[in-house]
Amino acid sequence: MDNIVQNLQGIPLNHYLIFCSVIFSIGVIGVLIRRNVIIIMMSIELMLNSVNLLLAAFSAYRGDASGQVFVFFVMALAAAEVAVGLAIVIMVYRNTKSVDIESLSKLRW
Amino acid sequence: MSIFYFVAFLSIFFALMTIFTKNPVHSVLYLVITFFTFTIHYILLNAQFLAVVNFIVYMGAIMVLFLFVLMLLNLNKDTEPMKSHLIKFMGAIAGMCLLATLLGAFHVIEANNEFVTGNTDVGLVKNLGKVLFDEFLLPFELSSILLLTAMVGAILLAKKETKEVNG
Repeated sequence: MDNIVQNLQGIPLNHYLIFCSVIFSIGVIGVLIRRNVIIIMMSIELMLNSVNLLLAAFSAYRGDASGQVFVFFVMALAAAEVAVGLAIVIMVYRNTKSVDIESLSKLRW
Repeated sequence: MSIFYFVAFLSIFFALMTIFTKNPVHSVLYLVITFFTFTIHYILLNAQFLAVVNFIVYMGAIMVLFLFVLMLLNLNKDTEPMKSHLIKFMGAIAGMCLLATLLGAFHVIEANNEFVTGNTDVGLVKNLGKVLFDEFLLPFELSSILLLTAMVGAILLAKKETKEVNG
């Protein structure tokens, strides 16, 4: 474990910022280009995870535990969001026989 | 220090595979691998509690839920709705614009290039527990209510509606 931790010494905070931005952007692209509701929710998970990692990195950088506690709350929120979201997807699929996001467009009326 | 860059490369690669794979089941499996690389990142940051929670909750619970729903709905490559190439291209361009904006902002503010040291003790279960049950006690209890609400709501939503006889 010590060896792994020692290895971390050389990583600038900037690289964490860049890496997490790339993952976040991939999540945004996933939301934009896919039509399957479940894949869109997975992309949202990807975005939440990138933010989580950045919070943890800043928390380790500052030596402040609040950031990691916040990550814990984000994870609890993500779990709740996925449970309700997938239940809604199942309900929509039962009515429309499709997981296409376009099939939800009739909700506007 | 090269471990971080290798794992970061793996994360980006599998995240890209997640959103570009046609088969939804493969997509979920790639996302599981992505989350596993995130667990390695947490271990590198010495955030042991988050690593364990990420491993159990995200990889174990949430991803199994996704996989379960995908298989319950019997989705595969043939039923996958795809957008037209133009929309895909525009979406990719928009995402790249976001990335360029973020990177440009980081370049301008010149975030200090100090090193992240992973040898802090804040990520250990003992220290996090002390913080969590002391100053974050109220949000912790509220999150438990949130999870209970989500559980009830999910069951209520996904339950088959029974036909009412004679109202």
